[in-house]
Amino acid sequence: MRYIEPHAHMVSRTTDDYAAMAAAGCQAVCEPAFWAGFDRSSAAGFYDYFRQLTEFEPKRAAKFGLTHYCWLCVNPKESEDLKLAIEVIDLIPRFLDRPNVIGIGEIGLNKNTRNELKALEAQIDLAARHKQLILVHTPHLEDKLKGTKLIVDALKSDSRIEPGRVIIDHVEEHTIELALNAGFWAGMTLYPESKCTAARAVDMIDLYGAERLWMNSACDWGVSVPLAVPRAALEMRARGHGRAAIDKLIYGNPREFMSQCPKFGVNHE
Amino acid sequence: MYFMEARAKLIDLAAFLDRVERAAGEDDFRVAALRRALGELSGNGGQRARRALLSLSDPTSEPLAAAQGKSACGAWAGQGR
Repeated sequence: MRYIEPHAHMVSRTTDDYAAMAAAGCQAVCEPAFWAGFDRSSAAGFYDYFRQLTEFEPKRAAKFGLTHYCWLCVNPKESEDLKLAIEVIDLIPRFLDRPNVIGIGEIGLNKNTRNELKALEAQIDLAARHKQLILVHTPHLEDKLKGTKLIVDALKSDSRIEPGRVIIDHVEEHTIELALNAGFWAGMTLYPESKCTAARAVDMIDLYGAERLWMNSACDWGVSVPLAVPRAALEMRARGHGRAAIDKLIYGNPREFMSQCPKFGVNHE
Repeated sequence: MYFMEARAKLIDLAAFLDRVERAAGEDDFRVAALRRALGELSGNGGQRARRALLSLSDPTSEPLAAAQGKSACGAWAGQGR
């Protein structure tokens, strides 16, 4: 089995996790910028985080034979402070040329507020001006439906945005059509409780097909499973999906989407 | 596939509702929302997961003026909260 982990917050994980992912067949790991579990007190805190994502973490991953890519942004949980968010957004262009940066993400909404929406629009504009791929975080639980609709509207209202260069992540049964029907890619996040179980993810593959769809672990500092993607591949196998179909979902699709950034490549290619 | 897992979750859910009923006080809005969502599981027509998720979701469309905390609680609190 080979797979790409398209969404993992490896700065929160241990070297044991890297070793287990590599042993399970992971070929590359992609890390969106996110909330650390507490609010950073200044733009300088984000500057240091972006250095960690672009300097230190690629070296740590390389020790396990994994290529590390990242996405940069100010995440929606810290976008309510709009002044700080704009300061952070202004920092991002100086990192975009770094070799492992493949786009802007994970941008989106958390509580669906006006300030979060302004920060989202500013980062959609940033991605458009710099011709970057976009990875979108959709809100949690009861906020997901409304937030996904607001996000899709914001993306569609900017004529510079090509839907095929945007992935809307954390979709569930009530939001997957909003993403796919508008031409975006969709990501299913495999969590033990919230978001999506492997069984539900395979249900959605059965219902919607395998085009413009990927699965990720979004493993971070909370309850999450770094090997969720290969375990979901086993679920696909148990449900009768063949080797080629599994390979497309867990390797081919993320490779196809992220290869739209010329910097993206997988080990041994 | 999945029958024993679904059976276990069903009994867990039943036990949770019994536990809530034994506890003092009134249901909070989340338990009421859970009871409403349970109604989406009966009948035919498929899309039960989608319908249950929709019943727990915020149906409004206007952005909020400001965030009251960062967390979601799993059910829409309604206009009154």
